[in-house]
Amino acid sequence: MTKVLLRYTNLVLATLFVLSLLSFILAYLFPGQAIENLTGLRLLELTERQNSELKYAVDANILVQYWHYMGELFAGNWGVSFSSGLPLIEDVSHYLPASIELSAYALFLSFFIGLPLGFLAALRHHKFTDYSLLSVSLLGYSIPVFWLALILILFFSLQLGWFPLSGRISLLFEIPRATGFILIDILLSDSIDKSAALTSALRHLILPTLSIAVVTTTLIIRITRRSVIKTLNSEFILAAYARGLTPRQVLMRHGVRNALIPILPLLAMQFPTLLTNAMIVESIFSWPGIGNWLIQAIYQQDYPAIRAGMLAVSVLVVIFTMSIDLTIRLTDPRRRRAERATI
Amino acid sequence: MLSSICLCACDGLLLSKTDPNGIVYCSEGSPANFNPQLDTSGTTVDASSHQIYDRLIDFDPVTGDFVPALATSWLISDDGKTYTFQLRRKVSFHDTQTFTPTRYFNADDVLFSIDRWRLMTHPFHQISGGRYPYTDSLKLADLITKVTRLNGYRVEITLNKPESSFLANLATDFAVILSAEYADKLISRNQKELIDHKPVGTGPYQLASFRQDRYIRYTKHPKYWRNIQLTDKLIFDITPSSSLRLAKLITAECDAIALPAHSELEVIKQQDALVLDEKPGLNIGFWAFNTSKAPFNNPEVRRALGMAIDKNALIEAIYFNSAILAKNIVPPTSWAFQSDVKALSYNPIAAKKLLREQGIPENFSMTVWAMPVQRAYNPNATKMAELIQAYLQEVGIQVNIISYEWSTFRERLTQGIHDSVLIGWSADNGDPDNFYRPLLSCAAIESGTNRAMWCSQEYDLLINKALQYTDISERTYFYGQANELLAEQLPLIPIAHASRYQAHRKELQGLVINPYGGVRFGGVKKL
Repeated sequence: MTKVLLRYTNLVLATLFVLSLLSFILAYLFPGQAIENLTGLRLLELTERQNSELKYAVDANILVQYWHYMGELFAGNWGVSFSSGLPLIEDVSHYLPASIELSAYALFLSFFIGLPLGFLAALRHHKFTDYSLLSVSLLGYSIPVFWLALILILFFSLQLGWFPLSGRISLLFEIPRATGFILIDILLSDSIDKSAALTSALRHLILPTLSIAVVTTTLIIRITRRSVIKTLNSEFILAAYARGLTPRQVLMRHGVRNALIPILPLLAMQFPTLLTNAMIVESIFSWPGIGNWLIQAIYQQDYPAIRAGMLAVSVLVVIFTMSIDLTIRLTDPRRRRAERATI
Repeated sequence: MLSSICLCACDGLLLSKTDPNGIVYCSEGSPANFNPQLDTSGTTVDASSHQIYDRLIDFDPVTGDFVPALATSWLISDDGKTYTFQLRRKVSFHDTQTFTPTRYFNADDVLFSIDRWRLMTHPFHQISGGRYPYTDSLKLADLITKVTRLNGYRVEITLNKPESSFLANLATDFAVILSAEYADKLISRNQKELIDHKPVGTGPYQLASFRQDRYIRYTKHPKYWRNIQLTDKLIFDITPSSSLRLAKLITAECDAIALPAHSELEVIKQQDALVLDEKPGLNIGFWAFNTSKAPFNNPEVRRALGMAIDKNALIEAIYFNSAILAKNIVPPTSWAFQSDVKALSYNPIAAKKLLREQGIPENFSMTVWAMPVQRAYNPNATKMAELIQAYLQEVGIQVNIISYEWSTFRERLTQGIHDSVLIGWSADNGDPDNFYRPLLSCAAIESGTNRAMWCSQEYDLLINKALQYTDISERTYFYGQANELLAEQLPLIPIAHASRYQAHRKELQGLVINPYGGVRFGGVKKL
């Protein structure tokens, strides 16, 4: 147990080290001066420049520089954006919650749809329902996310006019920012018409959530189906039948729990995939999230922003993935990595 | 069952559209700041000029006449050198988070606003860069001898020579009136740079918040002096992609959009909920040669290049016939327009011959710079450059198309490292001087609006003479001579005058195309 824990901590630290090193090196690889890429300031005045150079110890050797860079990172000085002039840590913490929110809702939606359908497919194993669900899920899995998003916009926004196609909420609502999660912020605020604001926010949420959720839902259907089939073929299920329980009782008392427990962590592992897809979908729906922000930064050659955004997102994904992975290891040591990779 | 729940929920969501009262305008980009004195780009002007500020006088957008704004009346002396303005009383400045005005607008504010760009020694002159492109290009600072406060509500401006376009310049989007009291507050707080980023003006809307590349929020100025309709909120939803702006207009996420693309005009016309307004534009799209560089310093080479391109085909392909072929640098709606100036006709064979005569070898290579942004006067410079590339290939000239991000592009143009550039100009007032001087005068090279880097003493003399007269027929005579000089010298090839379009939803009423510059939301309401 301790050994596993230690190994994981080491792995996380090593990965984070590589990531931070990469982000540090990026400042030197990007065009322009490294010190400007690190601070994000156009250092025109000499005293200003000297101050910054002192802070990042640009005259010292590369290791000392890296050490200073890490010091600044941990102190929350990530530099400022070239284009907006705002501190990057503020920008990242402004946009990241929007992405997490979108991914989280999409994950819930996928669970909500994927789990029951997975069960259904497994129970109707080798029957028409099973095959049709399988083929639909294969189709959903192969649809490119951005294409799906565009089709949804074309149909639901432009043709039917049901849903808006950009942003998180109508800009006419001014939601005071508390957590960065729009639905929570609306509930927390007291100056506005809550139900109208919630309606507007939900209308904005539906299309992006759907477009991300489709891929994950199909994955969840397939994972659940496999697990349920495997569980239902176990001997303890046969034993339960032998005890005279009805199929319904067998499923509820023995099937559901035994099928779900091993796969729940696997399902949570979909979150990083979701986040990646969310970043693509964001730029289509002009969702003010980290993905959209990063793409803007790339367009505008905002090197400090690219560096900080990349670091923030990858650290988040690494930590999340590792902690889920760790939970799986700790709760179910029999499982092997190879098994988790299959769909 | 699941789907029926979903449908019910959706129904509720679909039917209730109870957004708060306000207007959303989808604009094309983030303004550089909120002071049009500092930036002539349409984006900055749209975001500030008519929303946050007022001017001493305005153009009537329909008739083009001068109408009183912050000045209730004005008087021009007989020698044309002294202008006296009587100012409006009881005009309030914005009460913002950073500033609460204690007095009404008065002569001090006028002095402050003009002196800021006029006097190098002014405490605010160097703030935000110290460059005032519009007034610099017209050398207005040199023209004005003094600005005097006669009393609290009377200001006198003295010029060193009569200049008939002066009043028009005071009515442009750039001659905004700032608050002197706010400036004093900023000096005492040592935050002078805020004056252009947290602006205070007298205009119908005040800035509430701005997030780069996302939105600009304005709220109503509750004590606005004009008795016109204002909505509680005005929002600029910054949407750089033109097709996305149109899509948002269709889904009613925007009430009006900036710069509808020429290729999308048909789509807008087909939608019942949308309105498309059209007006002949006061603009010119042209192809300018860098006349400071050989061989483009040779007028015959420029003429040959001009003959090598088919302008009618360009207009069809780029403007989708929503523009007219340009003969002069001023559009036909201007009184300085001359229809009898001979325009270059498309003749690749003669062009090729002329090029060889002037010693331009086969496979000579040149650059055409294509601006990266879409403007009314040239909706797609890159595509136009590609067409020109093909035309010039026929006369044995290789073209490299060059483009940078917009601000870099303009910066490098000012350095004069281009061979030729596709760019243009939108007029800021109805006076033809607004075309002749900024585009081709010697002074405009330095201020960065003379893209041909062309400096002709003869031309400068003509257009300066034209300014000394107030009588239009006399001015027309001099501009006519200038037109002929341009047709002979061809520092730039005029291509097209594009019509101006504005698209908005039916619910929005009162939005008119302002041919003299930026969009105005004062008086616009949503049903």
